[in-house]
Amino acid sequence: FQGHNLQELRRSASLATKVFIQRDYSEGTMCQFQTKFPPELDSRIERQLFEETVKNLNNYYVEAEKIGGSSYLEGCLACATAYFIFLCMETHYEKVLKKISKYIQEQNEKIYAPRGLLITDPVERGMRVIEISIYEDRCSSGSSSSGSSSTTSSGGGGGVANRGR
Amino acid sequence: MKACEYQQITPGAPAQAPAPRRPRRKWEVFPGRNRFFCDGRLMLARQSGVFLLTLGLILSTTCLFFVFDCPFLTQHLTFAIPIIGGILFFFVMCSLLRTSFSDPGILPRATPCEAADLEKQINDTGSSMYRPPPRTKEVMINGQVVKLKYCFTCKMFRPPRALHCSVCDNCVERFDHHCPWVGNCVGKRNYRFFYTFLLSLSFLTAFVFACVITHLILRSQESGFLNTLKETPASVLELVVCFFSVWSILGLSGFHTYLVASNLTTNEDIKGSWSTKRNSEDLGNPYSHKSIITNCCAVLCGPLPPSLIDRRGIVEPEPLLPLTTKSESVSLGTKSDTSLDAACQDFAISCTA
Repeated sequence: FQGHNLQELRRSASLATKVFIQRDYSEGTMCQFQTKFPPELDSRIERQLFEETVKNLNNYYVEAEKIGGSSYLEGCLACATAYFIFLCMETHYEKVLKKISKYIQEQNEKIYAPRGLLITDPVERGMRVIEISIYEDRCSSGSSSSGSSSTTSSGGGGGVANRGR
Repeated sequence: MKACEYQQITPGAPAQAPAPRRPRRKWEVFPGRNRFFCDGRLMLARQSGVFLLTLGLILSTTCLFFVFDCPFLTQHLTFAIPIIGGILFFFVMCSLLRTSFSDPGILPRATPCEAADLEKQINDTGSSMYRPPPRTKEVMINGQVVKLKYCFTCKMFRPPRALHCSVCDNCVERFDHHCPWVGNCVGKRNYRFFYTFLLSLSFLTAFVFACVITHLILRSQESGFLNTLKETPASVLELVVCFFSVWSILGLSGFHTYLVASNLTTNEDIKGSWSTKRNSEDLGNPYSHKSIITNCCAVLCGPLPPSLIDRRGIVEPEPLLPLTTKSESVSLGTKSDTSLDAACQDFAISCTA
C-alpha cells in the first residue's frame, strides 16, 4: 500500500470498510475500549501499534473520569456558585477530551494515514465505539482490504473513469 | 418575436447544483422527542406543562412570601429572613433551570454503519453468545454478570445503567427517572442538579412554612386571629401550598440521599436489581464504591461528562470523503446522493445478504 498522508488519503483513496472497536465494560461504566485486535486490520497495521493506541486512549479516559481531590474541588466549587462557574470555566473532562482529539489527530497523521486507515474520535460516535475507516487505494485493483466485492470491482472501474479528471 | 428575459443555458456547462440550503444544526434534525430553545442551547422534553406548573408554584409562593411576610418579619425579627429566603430561592431556580434545560446524558443513535456492523456480529456468532430477540449481551462488571439489552430504536447495545426513556424516545446514560415536574429526564449529567434542586427546595419550603407560621402567630398576638387572616390572606395560601409540598419534597430528598449514598438509580431501586435478599450469591450493587462518602462524592462531585449529542453542531451535508466518492457510489449503481451513508447502506446490504 502506497504511503499516504492525510490529505492525499482523502483525495485518492476510497472507503472500503469500517471496523468498530466496542466498549469494554469489565471495570464498570467507565469509558474503556477493548484492546482485542480486529482481524480486518491484520494486513494493514502491526498489532502492537494498534494496542498501544487503544491503551493510550483508555488511559486518557481514566484520567478524564478520575474521581479525586481536584474533581471534588471542582464539583464543590460548582455547587457553591450554583453551577454558574461552568459558564466561564472548562471542566476537567472537556480539557482531557481536547487532549484526546489532539492525540488522535497526531496518531492519524503519523501512523494510520500512511497505512490507509483513519481513526474517528469516539466522542463523535457517542463514546460507543472507536471507528476505524479502512481505505483502499483507488489505483490498485484487487487490493488486500477485506471490503465487499462490489466495492473492489467498481473501485477499479471507477478509478479508470476518473483518471482524466 | 418578443425578446424573452431569460438567461441562455450554455451547453457543456456542468448542471448547476440546486442552491445550497441554509446549513442546519443537529438539533433541528434530532430524532428524539425533545424541544430546543435558543438555537439548541437549551432543551426540554416535549410535554412541559407540569414543568410550567412547578415554575409557577415556586415563583408565586416566593413572591407572595416576599411581598406579604417579609416586611412584617424583617420589622419584628431580623432582616436576615429575606436574605436567607433570597439565597434559597436563587439556588432553587438555578438548579431547577439547570436540571430542566440541560442534556441528561442522551446517547446519540448509532450510525447506519455501526448498526450494520452490530447486526453482522449478531448473525455471525450465532445463538451461543447472543440470545435471539430480545437481544441481550452479557458482560462481567466487578465480578457480577450484567445483561446489556439491545435498543431497537437507537440500534445499539445500551451501556450498563442506560435506559431508553419512552417519553423522550432517547437512550439516557445512568437513567434515573423521567421527572414531569422538571420537564426532563434525570440522568448522568443532570442528577446532581436535580439533587441540589430537591435539597434547596426542601429547605426553601420548610423555611417559608416556618416563617409564615411565625408571621401568623406574631400577628395574631397583636391583632387577633381573624383580623390577621383578613390582613394577610396570601399567607394562608402560602401555608397551604407549603404544607402539602413539604412532605413529598422532604420525602423525595431523603429517598434520593439514600440513592446517592448507595450509588443506585431510582430505576434500579424500584426494580430491585441489586437486592441481596433475592439471591445470597449476589454481591450487591457492582457500581458502588463500598463507602458512603465515596459514593456521595462520586455521584455529586464527580467529573461532569460533556453532552454527546452536539446540539449546535452543523449537520454535514457532504460526507467526510470528498467529491471523488460520488462517482464511486454512482458507479455502484446506487441512486442515493453523495453521502457516506450511501456507502454504508451498501455495506449493510452486503453484510446482511
